[in-house]
Amino acid sequence: MNFEFTEEQIMIQQAARDYAQRELIKDVIERDATGRFPSDHIKNLADLGFLGMLVDPKYDGGGMDTVSYVLAMEEISKVDSSCAVVMSVNNSLVCYGIEKYGNEEQKEKFLKPLARGEKIGAFLLSEPEAGSDATSQRTRAVDMGDHYIINGTKNWITNANCGSTYIVIAQTDPAKGHKGINAIIVEKNTPGITLGPHEDKMGMRSSDTHSVMFNDVKVPKENRIGDDGFGFSFAMKTLEGGRIGIASQALGIASGAFERAVQYSKERKAFGKELMYHQSVAFKLAEMAVKIENARNLCLKAAWLKDQHQPYGIASAMAKQYAADIAMEVTTEAVQIHGGYGYVKEYHVERLMREAKLTQIYEGTSEIQKIVISRAVLGK
Amino acid sequence: MKILVCISNVPDTTTKIKFNNEKTEFDKTGVQWIINPWDELALTRALELKETSNGVITAVTVATVGLIDSEPTIRKALAIGADNAVRVNANPKDAYYVAGQIAEVVKKDGYEIVICGIESSDYNGSAVGGMLSEFLEYSSVSSVSGMNIDGGNIVVNREIDGGKETLAVKAPFVAVVQKGIAINPRIPNMRGIMMAKTKSLAVVEPAAMDELTSYETYELPAAKAACKMISAENVKELIDLLHNEAKVI
Repeated sequence: MNFEFTEEQIMIQQAARDYAQRELIKDVIERDATGRFPSDHIKNLADLGFLGMLVDPKYDGGGMDTVSYVLAMEEISKVDSSCAVVMSVNNSLVCYGIEKYGNEEQKEKFLKPLARGEKIGAFLLSEPEAGSDATSQRTRAVDMGDHYIINGTKNWITNANCGSTYIVIAQTDPAKGHKGINAIIVEKNTPGITLGPHEDKMGMRSSDTHSVMFNDVKVPKENRIGDDGFGFSFAMKTLEGGRIGIASQALGIASGAFERAVQYSKERKAFGKELMYHQSVAFKLAEMAVKIENARNLCLKAAWLKDQHQPYGIASAMAKQYAADIAMEVTTEAVQIHGGYGYVKEYHVERLMREAKLTQIYEGTSEIQKIVISRAVLGK
Repeated sequence: MKILVCISNVPDTTTKIKFNNEKTEFDKTGVQWIINPWDELALTRALELKETSNGVITAVTVATVGLIDSEPTIRKALAIGADNAVRVNANPKDAYYVAGQIAEVVKKDGYEIVICGIESSDYNGSAVGGMLSEFLEYSSVSSVSGMNIDGGNIVVNREIDGGKETLAVKAPFVAVVQKGIAINPRIPNMRGIMMAKTKSLAVVEPAAMDELTSYETYELPAAKAACKMISAENVKELIDLLHNEAKVI
């Protein structure tokens, strides 16, 4: 075994850290308060290559491995998960989905601008009545011969407004159940698409989340990814990789809160000595460190398996469930260590705690991950 | 014109400084190495000048005096955008030695503009730039906080007591640059990181030079004493402590 990172991986980690600690930190609290989308940061992250970092350079991507992606996601998420989620959806759902399962024409037309970060992608799976239960798609894509007509509503869509390239999961043949589902690339400016209002969320408040309504939206058939009926399988396979992104985001939220708690415990005095000299605080920090290290190892293991072209679905489910759950625990403890200061926005940890909650919910709740893991454990 | 930027490989500024048991050497165990922050700003400005000079600046090279363990730092400079690099394969013993070795690189490859950070964040000697200009018999400008090239004209800005100074400079020259030369160091992008592996990193053996310095011992500064808070009304106690305890009055 080799636990050492390569020189390139370290450079990418440092680049992400430098940008996050120097630039994202400046307005993250203001954007959390106002919900303002970070267009300027997304442009800069695109210029640095982070939005298409996993894509093959022949499609204008960065050609980096998934381990590098974990390192970058952790560093960005330590400071600002609203930016990290744009990066995650664009890289591991939209770019990955088109690169892995799309045809050459789709890669030329859609993948290249996404990899360059000139366009942002969104993945439209969740519906008002189909969240984790992805088989129950109500959105219809009716086969009209040379095109589809899409009708329906998608909920909780990250990048819905800033994004211009949608991958829509929709039911074409209800009689076939999940085998009648298709994944279709839809450009946002297609007539018949409208957005609901910006969701006023608990955390990741400056990420761009809306519902998206489709009313007789005509999409050419060549925009379908894979064979007819491949959509559900496409979504599940793509989400396996997506989990690595969100697991790394949860890891970053946890380690960001932890670093702040360590720093605070060295500075703040109580009863005549710094907090770190109180065993109750020191033990909390020790327990937080162990959880973060476990989460990091799970994320890196899943990433390594993906890079080695080995099955990684179970590993990514473990990483996502564990990292999300410990992110909630670690951020809560970080607030506790900060005491009253932790409860005010200036100290960041309450925001990280609110952000952590979402990682237990989106791209497959912790409970869904446990279904995936338990099925593997039980050989079902 | 070609620019050479001198790069020092220094411990990360958050490094906890330790020495070996004999206190004769810095303990490098677990240390993360970075480009000296002033050199990183110098490189950023050099790249900006190249990009905006309409072809007047043809290449930006970085040079380091260091052993093979300094190469990750050099490759980061290549990832940031330097066109190529030279490593003088030697332990950077002191400022005189480093300046002498860099001078040989400049003489061999011919650079019109040589840029050094005002100091390195490890030994803070602030000596290499001046010594280098002497070795080369180039003119030098110290404390440069701005540099622009308009056609063949080079203009530099200096911070001086009570104001600023603007100078027109003729190449070849050495610029010793400080904070302000660039706003922020440039962050390498993915393409740069990938291309760094393919760029030239020439390793040259050091020229024979006398060693003028040897280190006897290192010592850490005394730990900061605890801060005593004294009531603003209690001037007598303040005077007493300054006189008898701090012994500064």
